[in-house]
Amino acid sequence: MPDVQAQVNDFVVKLQKRKIEGSKTTAKLTAELLRSVISQQRMPQTNQAAALIQAIRAVGEQLIRANPVELAVGNIVRRVLHIIREEDLSLTTATIGGLSVSAASDEEDELERDDHPALSAAAVAAASRSTLRPPSLQTLLEDVPHSAAVPHTYSSGADSEEKSKSTDKNSRTRKLKHNIIETVNELIQDINTCHEQIAEQAVEHIHQNEVILTLGSSTTVIEFLCAAKEKRRSFRVFVAEGAPRYQGHVLAKELVARGLQTTVITDSAVFAMISRMNMVIVGAHAVMANGSVIAPVGLNMVALAAQRHAVPFVVLAGIHKLCPLYPHNPEVLLNELKSPSELLDFGEFSDCMDFGTGSGSPLLHVVNPAFDYVPPKLVSLFITDTGGHNPSYMYRLIADYYSADDLVIQKRPAS
Amino acid sequence: MVAKKGGHRDEAEEDLARDPLQAILLADSFAQKFRPITLERPKVLLPIVNVPMIDYTLAWLESAGVEEVFVFCCAHVKQVTEYLETTKWLSQPNFKVSTIESHNCVSAGDALRLIYEKNVIRGDFILISGDTVSNMSLTEALQEHKERRKKDSNAVMTMIVKQSKPSPVTHQSRLGTDELIMATDPDTKQLLYYEDKADHLKGISLDKSMLSESASVSLYNDKQDCYIDICSQEVLILFNDNFDYQHIRRHFLKGLLQDDIMGCKIFTYEICSSYAARIDNYRSYDAISKDIIQRWTYPLVPDVQFFKNSATKLERQGMYRASEIGQSRSAQIGPCTVIGNGTTIGNRTAISNSVVGEGCSIGSNVTIEGCYIWHNVTVEDGCKLKHAIVCDGVILKAGAVLEPGVVLSFKVVIGEQFVVPAYSKVSLLRQPVNQDSDEELEYADDSVGVADNLPMANGALTNDLAELDVCATSEVGTNGAGFIWSINEAVLEEEWRHSVAPIPADKLAAIMQSANGDPELLTHDDNILPPSGELEPESMTNDSDTEDANDEEATYFEKEVEATFLRAVEEDVRNDHVILEVNSLRLSYNMTALDCAGALFYSVMKLALDMQHNTTSELFANVAKVMAKWKTLLKSYLLTIDEEIEVIMKFEDMCMGSGKEYAPLFEQILHLLYDKEIIQEEAVLNWASEKEEAEESDKVFVKKCESFIRWLNEASEEEDEASEEEDE
Repeated sequence: MPDVQAQVNDFVVKLQKRKIEGSKTTAKLTAELLRSVISQQRMPQTNQAAALIQAIRAVGEQLIRANPVELAVGNIVRRVLHIIREEDLSLTTATIGGLSVSAASDEEDELERDDHPALSAAAVAAASRSTLRPPSLQTLLEDVPHSAAVPHTYSSGADSEEKSKSTDKNSRTRKLKHNIIETVNELIQDINTCHEQIAEQAVEHIHQNEVILTLGSSTTVIEFLCAAKEKRRSFRVFVAEGAPRYQGHVLAKELVARGLQTTVITDSAVFAMISRMNMVIVGAHAVMANGSVIAPVGLNMVALAAQRHAVPFVVLAGIHKLCPLYPHNPEVLLNELKSPSELLDFGEFSDCMDFGTGSGSPLLHVVNPAFDYVPPKLVSLFITDTGGHNPSYMYRLIADYYSADDLVIQKRPAS
Repeated sequence: MVAKKGGHRDEAEEDLARDPLQAILLADSFAQKFRPITLERPKVLLPIVNVPMIDYTLAWLESAGVEEVFVFCCAHVKQVTEYLETTKWLSQPNFKVSTIESHNCVSAGDALRLIYEKNVIRGDFILISGDTVSNMSLTEALQEHKERRKKDSNAVMTMIVKQSKPSPVTHQSRLGTDELIMATDPDTKQLLYYEDKADHLKGISLDKSMLSESASVSLYNDKQDCYIDICSQEVLILFNDNFDYQHIRRHFLKGLLQDDIMGCKIFTYEICSSYAARIDNYRSYDAISKDIIQRWTYPLVPDVQFFKNSATKLERQGMYRASEIGQSRSAQIGPCTVIGNGTTIGNRTAISNSVVGEGCSIGSNVTIEGCYIWHNVTVEDGCKLKHAIVCDGVILKAGAVLEPGVVLSFKVVIGEQFVVPAYSKVSLLRQPVNQDSDEELEYADDSVGVADNLPMANGALTNDLAELDVCATSEVGTNGAGFIWSINEAVLEEEWRHSVAPIPADKLAAIMQSANGDPELLTHDDNILPPSGELEPESMTNDSDTEDANDEEATYFEKEVEATFLRAVEEDVRNDHVILEVNSLRLSYNMTALDCAGALFYSVMKLALDMQHNTTSELFANVAKVMAKWKTLLKSYLLTIDEEIEVIMKFEDMCMGSGKEYAPLFEQILHLLYDKEIIQEEAVLNWASEKEEAEESDKVFVKKCESFIRWLNEASEEEDEASEEEDE
């Protein structure tokens, strides 16, 4: 236990000091940390899921507070909480479901008996899951038992079925933990492979001889473009340099190294160039529940330009970037203001910051926000690792991954 | 075999490099600039933007990859160690902080000698003072230092500098420090010269060997010393060997640069985008606070919890507010303001450009502008605070006014409607009687002063308070508590330089005037080396290292002019060319036309003296001949009476010094000059009248030409009479 606490503290310190850059790394490290928290958590005899949830919440709260701007931390914490709930539920329903086949439990809903009297335990679990929250669009459109039996991210339902007969407390304890860790491992795996999964879809979106605009740098975008290149698509990329950090320069270098036709333009030239573009492809910092995007600074301008010229604005986002919160939530509206030294050279301007003269109040202010807000109506398409989605569909997608009970993790300060 | 050996050494070196990076943090400034506050609390624990300074330094060291820090405490040892314990700095994983205590160190030099004796430093280390705020990354500087060490084991120290433009108005208004002038070798970045107390009017003097040793030298006046040094172990040894080294910059650095001890070299590393500065005095406290609020020190900013500071949120216009504050709706909080946790602000109160600490209560109708209010301060209704520092637990009774530059030390109470005069310092402790104004004794600061004050500061303060209530009421208003420290007149004049208050307009104007009054002086530093074309080889070798910079320059200049003149004589250069050359010399040496006239006259006379002569009459003939030839040249520099007087005085000097042979001829030559119209009678008369008040010994020559002067007087009277007659 102290070992985990040390790990948590270490990670908190790193987050506080802004030492971890990039949401993917953050997400992965968070997931790995939470996995070790789960594996080291001592399980009580009863109500194990609740204990686990409490432990994760406590850790999660610390992590989120350490860097409230990095939404990926909160996303992963909520994902893990959701996984715990799901696993617990599937175990419970599997047990009960196993009983219900023989001795129709009173707790079981009529729906099961009415429609499919001899359902498999997994189906029962899935169905009960769907009764606990509003049905997913997928489940509505497709056949209920079929879709629920094959949940694409949680495969644990299948093997839980086999051992569902054993109601031994001890084995169940181990099983719950085991299942949860398995699923968290899958989550980590998903985060690891999200770039490739998104990149796989590249050929569907990038066509021959197209001209594509991007801004700043994002690993997802690099992988996406390069995947299209590998499929022998020939296209050109315009890179807006992404002031003040000029990540676009890094991106351009990388693209040229991979043999892509690349043109670098200034951010302010975006509007002039947008009419030549076939598509805008950008990365995101986070995708909010209403389909809006928290993105590197400058993207709102690009999105507006794209809308004006009816150029599709495509946002690539791994699952760890999906945030279940709405942007009107005060805890989300945080922006990170970085050091002015990215804009100005301190040496050159230090004579403007001479507080010894004049009224003593600074006349020069430098604002260097890290993020921009792109409203959903400016986004044409989201490409996540599960495929392309419309902005208006994002909330459903998000509802599949998070449970509503976990939305608020931070305790409200007692006012 | 050899190769193998080399391989071994490489490995050994790598082992050395793998040693944990260590740092020495001096938790004592060994200065008195923050008195009276530092009598009660060590400087490193004073909050800057609501976080103790040492937290910034330690947080930076940790993030820069330092693994072991030795905190050297001297003054207020107990407070520092207690603070480190309570804030858990001592129990951080991967970051070992240990304290070294001492009670009798009076300088950084003593501290380093003590650390050397403890034998805890194993390799390169960072030497830093506990009041430094930085966000720079050390990797590159460290790498550079290590590589240099491999090549040259004498490179003992790398000093971090940062470009910082001096303001057009004044050189010290930003950080309140004196202007720093340094010279480096542009290729190797070796430090060649360092002067942090540069005086404009005096200029600087560079050692000539510096120029002969390195191919080129860059002189800077826009660098700021960050007081972060990457040192090798040798630095400690050097301190130990030279036991008179006290101050790191003043003694150690200058000692190494001037005396060339064991060939040790110091290099510089310039940081560009990152920030580093040291809080040296109240003015830099103000400047660095504002830099932090403006986020130059990111991520060490109030809304990032870099170490145990309470969460604050950044709002528009650089306004930071903690989550739990009580603010009246009618209160106005202006830009660049930080409000700490648990603070309440009353109706119609206006706060701008200020930092307010935790748990303060601020009443209604209060105006706070540019102030630094620490924790648990009570400001009652209607107070007005401008550019003041208010320490923990101070109470300002209703209507109290703080004028710019006031410092209120801990728990002072200011009475109702009392106006604290500008730049005054108020403390519950009486001012120590023995104010050490002596430069050497400046170090004997906190440790000595505090030794007797410490018990009072900690334990007996409450008892004192009761006592103070009775005795100190008059000093800071009714029901007030505290003593206004008296400042002697000389210090008061300089007080504005280091205060948090902006420099008053009249002082600013004065600085501006002195800067503009002599524009040539400003550019002077860059021109200290004459254009190489003008350098005569013999004048180079003739130069002796005179101590006084001014005298040295004057003699240089004279020699240059003489050499130029002689060349003109030999090569028969045209007059206007000579004038051009002399003028350029004048500019490069920053001399006046007066000096030119004197120097040129001297050269002419020297020429006559050097010509073949046996008797004084022959000499006179020589003078007459030379004068005839160079009259026009001389005349072009004798535009006003002043220059002519200068010429006479120069002649007088010459007769007493180098050209004694002229002494008997003084009157004759003066007459000759008058005849040739080189000098006018007015000049002679003025000179004579000036000399009238002089000492007897100075009057020798005036007496010699008494008859000449009388004759001149008569002539002018006659002339006057004649003109009067004509008028009539």
